Amino acid sequence: MSLTELRPASHRPAPPPKNVRTRSWLHRFDNKTAPYIFISPFFILFGIFGVFPLIFNGVVAVRNWRLDDPTLTGWAGLDNFNRLLSDEDFWNALGNTFGIFILSTVPQLLIALVIANLLNRKLRGNTFWRIGILLPYLTPVVASTLVFAIFFARDNGMANWFLSLVGFGQETPLDWRAQKWSAWIAIATMVNWKWIGYNALLYLSAMQAIPRDVYEAAAVDGAGPWRQLWRITVPMIQPVVVFTVILSTIGGLQLFNEPMMFDENPQSASGGSAHQFQTIAQLIYKVGWKDLDLGYAAAMSWALFLIILIVAGINTLLTRRIGGDR
Amino acid sequence: MTKTYVNRAPQDTRGSWLTYVGLSLVLLFSAFPVYWMFVISTSTDEAVAQIPPSVLPGGEFWTNANEVFTLNEVFFAASLINSVIVSSVITLSTLFFCSLAGFAFAKLRFRGRNALLVVVVLTLTVPSQLGIVALYIVMGKLGWNGSLLAVIAPGLVSAFGVFYMRQFIAHAVPDELVESARIDGALNLRVYWNIVLPAIRPALAVLGLLTFVMAWNDFQWPLIQLNGTDFPTSMVALSDLASGNYVIYRRVLAGAFIATVPLIVLLLIGGRQIVRGIMEGAVKS
Repeated sequence: MSLTELRPASHRPAPPPKNVRTRSWLHRFDNKTAPYIFISPFFILFGIFGVFPLIFNGVVAVRNWRLDDPTLTGWAGLDNFNRLLSDEDFWNALGNTFGIFILSTVPQLLIALVIANLLNRKLRGNTFWRIGILLPYLTPVVASTLVFAIFFARDNGMANWFLSLVGFGQETPLDWRAQKWSAWIAIATMVNWKWIGYNALLYLSAMQAIPRDVYEAAAVDGAGPWRQLWRITVPMIQPVVVFTVILSTIGGLQLFNEPMMFDENPQSASGGSAHQFQTIAQLIYKVGWKDLDLGYAAAMSWALFLIILIVAGINTLLTRRIGGDR
Repeated sequence: MTKTYVNRAPQDTRGSWLTYVGLSLVLLFSAFPVYWMFVISTSTDEAVAQIPPSVLPGGEFWTNANEVFTLNEVFFAASLINSVIVSSVITLSTLFFCSLAGFAFAKLRFRGRNALLVVVVLTLTVPSQLGIVALYIVMGKLGWNGSLLAVIAPGLVSAFGVFYMRQFIAHAVPDELVESARIDGALNLRVYWNIVLPAIRPALAVLGLLTFVMAWNDFQWPLIQLNGTDFPTSMVALSDLASGNYVIYRRVLAGAFIATVPLIVLLLIGGRQIVRGIMEGAVKS
């Protein structure tokens, strides 16, 4: 196949083609324009369906935009945002989102770190272990949450059965969905289950790049495995730690599937009888497509966007400090 | 005993039996919900309600599966076909457009290349889920709301895909190869097709697997678009099955298990590639 052969420079002049003119025009076109044609599908599609809606969302947020009343359009100014400030549902959802976010992110990343440390050894069948811990990442949340919903059921649920074995709640089984704290724990468990393996793999890949003499030096100084993990491994994989913190912030604050499917009636998007576990993403869905108030929903997603930016920023600073300066 | 770790980097430490016990527990924790999904999908109503819970599969899988497929309120078979269509189209399109753009960014010289690449990287950080309200309005203007088209369109390309392909092509395809093909008179499209595509097959496999999984599991956007229509995706159909006052769990879980099987098959076939893709920094979009 001549296309793939490397040729010495002396062979460069091509054999005279029949149609020199068309050819050279074609090649000029190919050099100048083809690159833009190659990248244009991405920019066009991503522009229309990715970037534009995000900007347009800002416009929708300052307008009245109701699906059930198309005539009610026009400038709303900051009305939607003002309404947000005094909306109890919003603050409740914000609290729930943060509660679940903290209960899921912190254990998730710590356990992932420990698992990555286990995987970062000479193991028999190491591909097997890695593929195994990825099973949750591939399992649809909609499907796995249904299993967890049964696991955390009040009557006949496996979680309550375990609790009863160790002597808790034999008379009155715990209704996991009824209270904030228990519903948050149940939902955080599902989130942790899904993402621990994924994060462990990210940490593992960073750990494998750490040169071994660093550990040798530490061992000479008398640092045991646990100290090595905290004083060497964690600081040295710090960029990846920051990265996973940002990722789980973005993901955690947009949590939607787990609280939806944990509900006894998923389609209601209410997050429990008294909104005990309604998250902001869920509330946006409810306001937009159940209450049909798109303008207000857009304002909410802008607020969420800002919150994510702030929290991600704070988290990055904290992670840098913890990982770097010790 | 306390000295065993001296002069050893963790990579050199042989896993002790404790490591294996720890990893086995992790694996049990990972696999149990999926296994239990299967157990319930094979059980009778009594077995589901039993205390202590039964952890062995029963023999009712075909009965339960049959019930899911013959339900009139939920078009489960059609929803599975829709999921296959949506995920396949999104995967093929992402692979084609992202590798094409990745090739241009990696190997071709054009004005504004670096600036445009910066734009791609910046859009990586944008959580586009926050634009869904406006996206819904855009789809409305196009007249696509409630159709599969509206579900597919936003997934046709991904910034991550372009970036991933650019990185891979820059390393995997030698400049000389591209140059010599051009000197032979090949047009860029031909270079892409005959040289670049065969060289990046591993990267295509990784991106393809990850994209397919993400598209298959997507829930929020398909729910907004297809809720209450006669042609949902399987995830929307599952949430339908789980709604209502009296939910029959063995039936819902049979559906959930059936909708999970394609991904388990993918994990068995391409597990190695998926692991490698994630460890090379493959990131959910």
